[in-house]
Amino acid sequence: MLRAYVLIALWQARPGLAGYDVADAVTFCFVTQAFIGPMQLFGGGLSLPERIRSGDVALDLVRPASLQLWTLAEDIGRAAYLFAVRGLPPMLLGAAVFGIVVPADPGRWAAFLAGFAIAVVVSFGWRYLIALSVCWLLDDRGVAVLSMVLTTFFSGLLVPLNLFPGWFGDLVTALPWAAMVQMPADLYLGKAPVPQTLAVQVFWAAVLLGAGALGTRAVRHKVVIQGG
Amino acid sequence: MIELDRAGRSFKVKREVVHAVRDLSLTVAAGEFVGCLGPNGAGKSTTIKMLCGILTPTSGTVRVAGLDPSRRRTALARRLGVVFGQRTTLWWDLPLVDSFELIRHLYKVDRATFRSRLGELTETLDLGAFLRTPVRQLSLGQRMRGDLAAALLHAPDVLVLDEPTIGLDVVSKAGIRDFLRRVNAERGTTVLLTTHDLGDIERLCRRVVLIGHGSLAFDGTLEELMATAPGQSSIEEVVTRLYTAGAQ
Amino acid sequence: MVRTYFLLAWTWTRAAAAYPGSFVLMVALGFVAAALDVAVVLIIFANTTALAGFSREEVLLLYGAAGLSFSLCDTFVSNLDRVSQHIKSGTFDTFLIRPVGAWIQLTTDRFNATRVGRVLQAAIVLGYAIAALGIGWERGWMIPVMVATGVVIFAALWTLAAALQFVLTDAPEVTNAFTYGSNQLTQYPLAVYARDLVKGVTYVLPLAFVNWQPGLYVLGRDDPFGTPEAMRFLGPAAALVLALPAALAWRQGIRHYRSTGS
Repeated sequence: MLRAYVLIALWQARPGLAGYDVADAVTFCFVTQAFIGPMQLFGGGLSLPERIRSGDVALDLVRPASLQLWTLAEDIGRAAYLFAVRGLPPMLLGAAVFGIVVPADPGRWAAFLAGFAIAVVVSFGWRYLIALSVCWLLDDRGVAVLSMVLTTFFSGLLVPLNLFPGWFGDLVTALPWAAMVQMPADLYLGKAPVPQTLAVQVFWAAVLLGAGALGTRAVRHKVVIQGG
Repeated sequence: MIELDRAGRSFKVKREVVHAVRDLSLTVAAGEFVGCLGPNGAGKSTTIKMLCGILTPTSGTVRVAGLDPSRRRTALARRLGVVFGQRTTLWWDLPLVDSFELIRHLYKVDRATFRSRLGELTETLDLGAFLRTPVRQLSLGQRMRGDLAAALLHAPDVLVLDEPTIGLDVVSKAGIRDFLRRVNAERGTTVLLTTHDLGDIERLCRRVVLIGHGSLAFDGTLEELMATAPGQSSIEEVVTRLYTAGAQ
Repeated sequence: MVRTYFLLAWTWTRAAAAYPGSFVLMVALGFVAAALDVAVVLIIFANTTALAGFSREEVLLLYGAAGLSFSLCDTFVSNLDRVSQHIKSGTFDTFLIRPVGAWIQLTTDRFNATRVGRVLQAAIVLGYAIAALGIGWERGWMIPVMVATGVVIFAALWTLAAALQFVLTDAPEVTNAFTYGSNQLTQYPLAVYARDLVKGVTYVLPLAFVNWQPGLYVLGRDDPFGTPEAMRFLGPAAALVLALPAALAWRQGIRHYRSTGS
């Protein structure tokens, strides 16, 4: 909400900046706001770190289902719920107060929803890795803060990534966090080529889930060796 | 030392008024050792919390050491020691001795007095082995001894204990009882404790108070309590009768 | 009272310092987090030379002043927001049996010295802005007054939010949004916001006095919303007007405490 005013002021000073007009900038603001709940952009949302610390994770590891897929299923369920409860209200508020852009083209909606779904998986992949790190690091608070800072800044949640100047801008769009917020928001606004964007998102989802799978194996090994 | 005059405390629960304590009148003189019995939910804890100033009574008056607890809470705290059996009043993450050091500052106990008292308490409660251990790592028995020491470091006039022996093993219970008796006898500290353990009552309390449904159901000596039900030989049976009679 | 505060704070700091690695890491992370926060301002000004008529250095002055007040409160007062947690778990009782006010005990509860990273960042930003704008004593005297005013206003907000938790024990996030939201609002010149919002934070919740009104005096500028010059000096009065109900609300909160933890 406050962010919207700052962005409006910026676009009033520089109309057409980064290929957005004022309405696009405001829309970006409210659409990304709606992502916070479902993607848990401030971190957390997984019960895994608590279970690792208490040792309950040993029970999870002996279940026949994969720990990672199990957690993912849980997270997607919650994301759907949070999108409805926490995601839609700010969008509706934004629409009421500022009048946000609503795409009429069903193709764009399809692209956005696909991008949003993949973004939830990317965000899960990242948070899962952070959760696993509790196994090796004593201080999970520090990691949680670091994760929150990286995610909010490099995902485009604080300022759209296309405002980042020069090589820094190129760098941040190439990082996995861009696939969480910037890319689905651009799909919503119709400012990004659909197949390429979805491909990059899928790539990051695959990389993070792959790393998570490796991490799960290492945890299983560690738990077995230490006897829980 | 403790005076309750038609004290009451009610709570609003879903638009209904529930009287946790009503019209409770009770006077405890300096140096007494009073045990407070009552079934679960009878209002014992609520009464204790009114005495400490944690809860403000909704009717009647409460005086402890001449002060109104809810209005003069911090002034009263200097003259009152409180122990909750269910929960520690110590700083969970700090070593025991750090908690004591903090209490020394909070209660403004001078260093020499503090040192001699802590030495004495360490000896009588046998704290020496775990003074440097964080409170969260202590066993229940150790923690309770730590809590007792903390409640007495400032040499309070009144000691109030809410179920101090709950969950303790036989040896720990005996140790705590022995210690409480000594505090009462040697220092003349007024002691009020609530309990479900009738052994506490038998071994410690000259006077017994029974609270049922938020008001006073019995007040007298242990012998008088036994006399309410002639023919019953054990205190368990007598108290069971009183509890079930109150429920009808 | 001040001595008791620092004693309690120091005890917690010492306990935390038993793990020096994690302590240093948290200070560093706090600093990095704060640096990225100010990076947002810099990125915006990489795209424009003025935001709602204010230059980069002017915005940084307002940002730094509010940031310093807020981060000081975040370090020294914000532990109050755990009050609902204490009420729910029943540990709040133990704060009430000590001969020291519950407010002091709560603000120092698990005192977290690692938050000084943020204080440092805000001080650096403010220092840079003062130097870059070449502000002298004739107007700069207002800066310490402004920071102190901000501290009182934020502390009062936190106290109000905490007092509210005695009633709304299930909604600590709501009260959190209130305090952190206020910080976000004061990071930019109020000129970027809508007129009604600015009226609200001037006359209802006096956030405009944290840095905006006194900041306009320091910068020697007129209010784009046209408030009279005298408003620049009303900060301390506004802070007291807010602190009083906050203190009363806190007292009422404690008197209505129901101690249902056990």
